[in-house]
Amino acid sequence: MSEKYIARSSAIASRLLGGEMMIMSAADSTFFTLNPVATVVWQVADGRTPLSEIVVRAVCTEFQVDPDIAQRDVERFVEDLSKHGILLVSDRPFPNSTLGPPEAA
Amino acid sequence: MNRSCEITIEIGGMPILLHIENDTFRQMLARRYAGFVGSPSRPRFEFEVELTAPSADDPDDEVRVEMQAGVWRLGRGDFRAQWDPRAGRGRIRQSANPYSIDSVLRIVHTLILAREGGFLLHSAGAIRNRRAFLFSGLSGAGKTTISRLAPADVTLLTDEVSYIRRDDDGYHACGTPFAGELARLGENCSAPISCLFFLKQGPENKLESVDKPEAIRRLMRNILFFAEDMSLVQNVFQSACEFVERVPVQRLTFVPDSTVWGMVQ
Repeated sequence: MSEKYIARSSAIASRLLGGEMMIMSAADSTFFTLNPVATVVWQVADGRTPLSEIVVRAVCTEFQVDPDIAQRDVERFVEDLSKHGILLVSDRPFPNSTLGPPEAA
Repeated sequence: MNRSCEITIEIGGMPILLHIENDTFRQMLARRYAGFVGSPSRPRFEFEVELTAPSADDPDDEVRVEMQAGVWRLGRGDFRAQWDPRAGRGRIRQSANPYSIDSVLRIVHTLILAREGGFLLHSAGAIRNRRAFLFSGLSGAGKTTISRLAPADVTLLTDEVSYIRRDDDGYHACGTPFAGELARLGENCSAPISCLFFLKQGPENKLESVDKPEAIRRLMRNILFFAEDMSLVQNVFQSACEFVERVPVQRLTFVPDSTVWGMVQ
């Protein structure tokens, strides 16, 4: 299976509130609230770390989830947000110029 | 410029000087914005108002607000305006219709506030015991009803659009002349905000907590903002989040009679 890379869109506004990430699409004002697992994935979506590594290092370690289940859940979440243009997905690392600012904790 | 053809409209402590070539129109605005007419000596921004012949252009057309080369361009069927915020000057082209200039002022204030951490909110607002209370909701939620039911010790800030400013002490609500169905101008005063209520009419008076994500979602739905500008949209979102972190937000279900004001203290 080919590797995936994910990056946060720069056309959004986001804020961490009570451990959950609030995200609003600046294009159409669609609003999302991420659960704690999705929030961690969002925070480390730097466009350069392979998704499989994000799952193992960030999700499985922090939430003690089975890697296969975590991989499946994260891919579903990534697909969902990418449909709304909130997350960008590529099969190769993103060049620096396409990335937004680092996510604030 | 002839002083007699100028008028300063001061909303939220933000004086905007209008140079108007037609004194009849100026007098119309003086009556419309009575209580919000300020001194022309130190305006924050100035606009030349050029009046055109009445046209059939539709004021219900979609508003367009975009920045081009540092100048805001505002347009709708019934007006065109441009405003250079760095120079502090702009120009409005419209017929002698107070609704058009009212819309331009609303848009300009949303742009000013977006840079300063505030916003215009689709809500009624009132002061009681030196604290401001906001009652937000879409049309039909009860903003006019709760304004109409306000007892004598309540100072009405608006029944339609609240002016929210942020300063070092927190958030203040200011009165506006932007009236809704009550067709009554608010009082030109302000107070620190004690609570934001999202309104709903129901069979009994009831207060319920609103979690923060839901509060932000509802707040964003009711903030007036028109500009197609990514960085300002992001500013407004951050302002909404900060507001919800600092100001209590509750859902107020109410019976449309005066007993509801017993819950607003």
